[in-house]
Amino acid sequence: MNGPAVVSIYGFEMARTFRTIVQSIVSPVLTTSLYFVVFGSAIGSRMTEVHGVPYGAFIVPGLIMLSILTESISNSSLGIYFPKFTGTIYEILSAPISAVEIVMGFVGAAATKSMMIGTIILATASLFVPLQIVHPFWMVVVMVIMSVAFSLFGFILGVWADGFEKLSFVPVLIITPLTFLGGSFYSIDMLPPFWHTVTLFNPVVYIISLFRWSFFGTADVSVGVSLAMTLLFIAGCLGFITWIFKTGYKLKS
Amino acid sequence: MPSIISVSGLSKKYKSGLEALSGINLEIERGEIFALLGPNGAGKTTLISIICGIVTPSDGKVTVDGHDIITDYRAARSKIGLVPQELTTSAFETVWATVSFSRGLFGKPANPAVIEKVLKDLSLWDKRNSKIRQLSGGMKRRVLIAKALAHEPTVLFLDEPTAGVDVELRRDMWNLVRGLRASGVTIILTTHYIDEAEEMADRIGVINKGRIMLVDDKTSLMRKLGRKQLALQLQDKLSAVPAVLAPFKLELSASGLEITYTYENQEEARIPELLKAVTDAGIVFKDLHTSQSSLEDIFVNLVTDRKGATP
Repeated sequence: MNGPAVVSIYGFEMARTFRTIVQSIVSPVLTTSLYFVVFGSAIGSRMTEVHGVPYGAFIVPGLIMLSILTESISNSSLGIYFPKFTGTIYEILSAPISAVEIVMGFVGAAATKSMMIGTIILATASLFVPLQIVHPFWMVVVMVIMSVAFSLFGFILGVWADGFEKLSFVPVLIITPLTFLGGSFYSIDMLPPFWHTVTLFNPVVYIISLFRWSFFGTADVSVGVSLAMTLLFIAGCLGFITWIFKTGYKLKS
Repeated sequence: MPSIISVSGLSKKYKSGLEALSGINLEIERGEIFALLGPNGAGKTTLISIICGIVTPSDGKVTVDGHDIITDYRAARSKIGLVPQELTTSAFETVWATVSFSRGLFGKPANPAVIEKVLKDLSLWDKRNSKIRQLSGGMKRRVLIAKALAHEPTVLFLDEPTAGVDVELRRDMWNLVRGLRASGVTIILTTHYIDEAEEMADRIGVINKGRIMLVDDKTSLMRKLGRKQLALQLQDKLSAVPAVLAPFKLELSASGLEITYTYENQEEARIPELLKAVTDAGIVFKDLHTSQSSLEDIFVNLVTDRKGATP
């Protein structure tokens, strides 16, 4: 195990985060506040409770998750894409470091930043709506799981992308729709039966359900199924990353 | 003592079908400066990239200090420092941070004293808190060398180290290389300049089209490759070379207006002697120029020689 290498990559990536700390924090706080003004107060006041939870509080897990997904993917993908773009990847490839250690460094840093932002949003949200968290331990666990899961996904995206266009294409055209349609801001029970079935193919559904359960103790999908599906998503990402390093896909010729 | 790097039967065929290396066998001796000489696209960078772990070989075996680069990559790679050809640096880190990063990446615990020494050796100490993007091209090249040395490697690869480098940096770099060699570091550099190989190397390998054409001691190789000519344009037509000039083996052109002296690099010292002899013989020349066979000529010669040798 090359500990200093993992620490180096992690430290390098975190330094990148702290260089842009103002925009890293201001942007999610502002976005969250806007969501609360629009959905929580303006529209939410006219909406009934969902599963016995006031709408303003109901959207909090969705908002946190939306930011965590976006941040995880963008940080992790940029983290590995940028060295490819500038050519500095040569140093990582020539270092005595294993694939696991490379992933630990990049994904660990991206997940850390996501969790920091998730926590900031949670704090911001608590200023707008009274929040009670039924399972605080699980809330933290799920936050870690989804940060890691989507940072792994972002890593794959960063390796695959060969231009900045592709790098922004996937989050905008795939991840954001999946998040919005995955029940981040509503219960999928509200959907007509056909769309309810369709939406079950969306991995985000399981993660948000799990996350919301940790807040309110109620869920769209059973906790066991959600956890299993989320871990399956992580396993899929890990499998893909293993294949990337085994074949050198887009990293080594 | 066994070689520090041993390459046997190494081949690389890229997905595009390009065969960059075919059947390379090469032994690098401990503590030497080895220059890999070849034209652009000869396979120099591919060979280095395979040894360093950046490119996957198609076939063959490489060991670094006895460690296989695939099965025992950690031990092999931790011995190597690589200075790439391109100026590939991150932009926003400070010099100190990026050099420390490299040390960590190669598994060495932080050691500010080592980083300080490396930066001072490369005249980067004053710039340690500068961001890399603020540095000039030459300074960036120094940063890349500092990064490669941060983990105290025993083998240093310099890929085209003096391409686009000013005289001062070039001199500093050679001093550094000599100092490293004195401390026991093996240095492998690639170049397409003959004089560079001549100045620095103990041994020279010539590579062309993915094959090692020859590997030889510098002095014997320069004798084969470094042929120069001095041409004198004469004021008056000469019918024959005077007998006093016979030791120089001069050639007289058909027009009788030019004499050519062919010599090896080591014989430059004889030129004043020749010019004096020419003047003493009463021959007046109005112009002179020297020429050196270009690397391309040399490769053409090497290739034709090879073809001639095999029936």
